[in-house]
Amino acid sequence: MSSGIEAQVLQPYKYGFVTDIESETVPPGLSEDVIRLISQKKGEPAWMLEWRLKAYRNWQKMPEPHWANVQYGPVDYQAISYYAAPKQRPKLDSLDQVDPKLLETFEKLGIPLEERKRLAGVAVDAVFDSVSVATTFREELKKHGVIFCAISEAIREYPDLVQQYLGSVVPYNDNFFAALNSAVFTDGSFVYVPKGVRCPMELSTYFRINAESTGQFERTLIVADEGSHVSYLEGCSAPVRDENQLHAAVVELVALDNATIKYSTIQNWYPGDEEGRGGIYNFVTKRGACRGRASKISWTQVETGSAITWKYPGCILQGDDSIGEFYSVAVTNQRQQADTGTKMIHMGKNTRSTIVSKGISAGRGQNTYRGLVKILKGAEQARNYSQCDSMLIGDRCGAHTFPYIDVRNSTAIMEHEASTSKIGEDQIFYAKQRGLSAEDAVSMIVNGFCKEVFKELPMEFAVEAQRLLGISLEGSVG
Amino acid sequence: MTGKGKRETGKVLLEVRDLHASVEGREILKGVDLTVRTGEVHAIMGPNGSGKSTLAQVLAGHPAYSVTAGQVLYEGKDLLAMAPEERAREGVFLAFQYPVAIRGITNAYFLRAAVNAIRKHKGVEELGPVEFMDALEAKLTAIGWDSSYLTRPVNDGFSGGEKKRNEILQLAVLDPKLAILDETDSGLDIDALKTVAQTVDKLRRPDNATVLVTHYYRILTHIQPDLVHVLAAGRIVKSGGKDLALELEEKGYDWLRTEPAVA
Ligand SMILES: Nc1ncnc2c1ncn2[C@@H]1O[C@H](COP(=O)(O)OP(=O)(O)OP(=O)(O)O)[C@@H](O)[C@H]1O
Ligand SMILES: [Mg+2]
Repeated sequence: MSSGIEAQVLQPYKYGFVTDIESETVPPGLSEDVIRLISQKKGEPAWMLEWRLKAYRNWQKMPEPHWANVQYGPVDYQAISYYAAPKQRPKLDSLDQVDPKLLETFEKLGIPLEERKRLAGVAVDAVFDSVSVATTFREELKKHGVIFCAISEAIREYPDLVQQYLGSVVPYNDNFFAALNSAVFTDGSFVYVPKGVRCPMELSTYFRINAESTGQFERTLIVADEGSHVSYLEGCSAPVRDENQLHAAVVELVALDNATIKYSTIQNWYPGDEEGRGGIYNFVTKRGACRGRASKISWTQVETGSAITWKYPGCILQGDDSIGEFYSVAVTNQRQQADTGTKMIHMGKNTRSTIVSKGISAGRGQNTYRGLVKILKGAEQARNYSQCDSMLIGDRCGAHTFPYIDVRNSTAIMEHEASTSKIGEDQIFYAKQRGLSAEDAVSMIVNGFCKEVFKELPMEFAVEAQRLLGISLEGSVG
Repeated sequence: MTGKGKRETGKVLLEVRDLHASVEGREILKGVDLTVRTGEVHAIMGPNGSGKSTLAQVLAGHPAYSVTAGQVLYEGKDLLAMAPEERAREGVFLAFQYPVAIRGITNAYFLRAAVNAIRKHKGVEELGPVEFMDALEAKLTAIGWDSSYLTRPVNDGFSGGEKKRNEILQLAVLDPKLAILDETDSGLDIDALKTVAQTVDKLRRPDNATVLVTHYYRILTHIQPDLVHVLAAGRIVKSGGKDLALELEEKGYDWLRTEPAVA
């Protein structure tokens, strides 16, 4: 009896176009030689190459993890190309030299890079396949001492900073996908906000996969020095392709004393078609260290894309009085699968964490929340509040919740709330009987459901997130 | 079947002709005829399972029911050809026998969205939150509620009677041309019944009409029906005045089964 509610015409993925651009791609396959080649193309110092090789050697010994509540066929790591770059390498500080096709691509995605069209108050680093093609507002940021550039550039220009922090939160051998990333990462963003500086604008990176048979392995490192404040947002999309493409990113955040990092993600990788053909495998390791006292890291994610999502942005609350937050909306429609959640590790005294997770499943989507809250012995008076809400649209989808709690200090205060609600034919009909269209009814219900998470997003992006949610659920109701 | 004389003044608002409908392959409505004119109140009574709610749902366009024969004209237009939301926007309102709960959205927000969907359809400017609240105030008082019900999710955790009252709040706010109330009086306490009935009665105008599905005579003492129909086994088997309701209250439905169905 799911006739009316699901069997509708599905809206095509709106970001599925391919940019016809000549690209330089290394042949598929992974070996030490390929890693050397990547490192050489990026003009890296020797220590970086050594680190990559160490990661690679570890990775070879690691088994691919399969504990997540997702199903997919084997990934052939030798069939992936680990480096793809638009042929004409632009000079980073001059947009005149960026291939107009690339500018056009980002403009089509709603990320204009040209000076006169730029998003006000948002600096953007645009990454196309394996390379960063442009970073806007660099000069403006420099005035405040904020470094915002491609990580490959940072490795050359600010080696000391990078060497000090890279791998300090997510070690090269942290897990299978993180090790792979450490070996082959190509680009991503680097941010350093100096002591006492409040970053004057939103920083944002937009990742675009374009080339065929490639993986994207970006690496982002954000360091907020004492008393600083930064808000960063990443967005992403990919063309429609029949094959599955692997995206294995690593994001590391470091917040020192009294620093705040707000990291928001709007993930819209190609989700595959209604039969589950194609789509991105989004296997991502994101972790922040609240290293200093009274530091704060806040993750907000809106995950609407990808065939499979596997990510648990977490916080290590080392500093006393530090705060970790995780706000998430994860949508699975059609055949999408998501296994996502967070890890909050309380080490310091008086540390606090908040988890608000909203899972929405439609079509045949499967949505799993998996979260760990760990209170270590020394974490006196630690507090956690967790709220996990699931919403089911139709009756062929699924929602699952796996909260893990590990408390080793008896002064801890833990609160957990959970709920499941359903949008069925009855709700839709009721709304229609009051004059609302099915689309309006669903978007109203879903937006109400996600409100607590959306309010955490920077203004411009909250609107984008709502719109995206509307698109990815289009066709899920009658 | 409308009597001669006084009621002839209203225009025909709804005309149901030989309506057959089935659910999951089983025929429930087996030839229903019903004519409702503006200014009228019709009561439909009948045994459990006779098809009263089915008729109401079919008129509202519920996808679970399929119409297999017959016709329904609403303001002279083919009602069955209209999408459910179209019908609502054109002024057909159904107070559900079992109102549906919707989590994650407040009663006030839902109501305003409904009001605005209808206003938009009519080409009238939509109401902002403040204007809407102003307009809502009086209706809320009329049904004897305070604003705490507005900030709760739609019908979520509402008691049976509260849900019914909420339907009437929606009715009062949306002010439809044709209101179909499916057992809105069931589950209401005596005072609530009175409040609800008075609200409905006050909404009566020469240009609208109400179809009341009920099991009880009591509500008809508050809202004078022009006609009372008995729906049994998918057909209207008897129609009459208010007295018929009283007769049914005394005698039940058994005696009707021996009478031939009216054409
Ligand atoms: N969605 C449905 N699925 C299956 N059977 C249904 C459905 N809706 C109605 N029916 C059946 O159709 C018949 C008529 O039901 P309906 O709800 O119209 O009766 P009613 O006259 O409103 O009864 P009551 O006075 O108890 O409210 C019943 O036998 C019922 O079981
Ligand atoms: Mg009924």
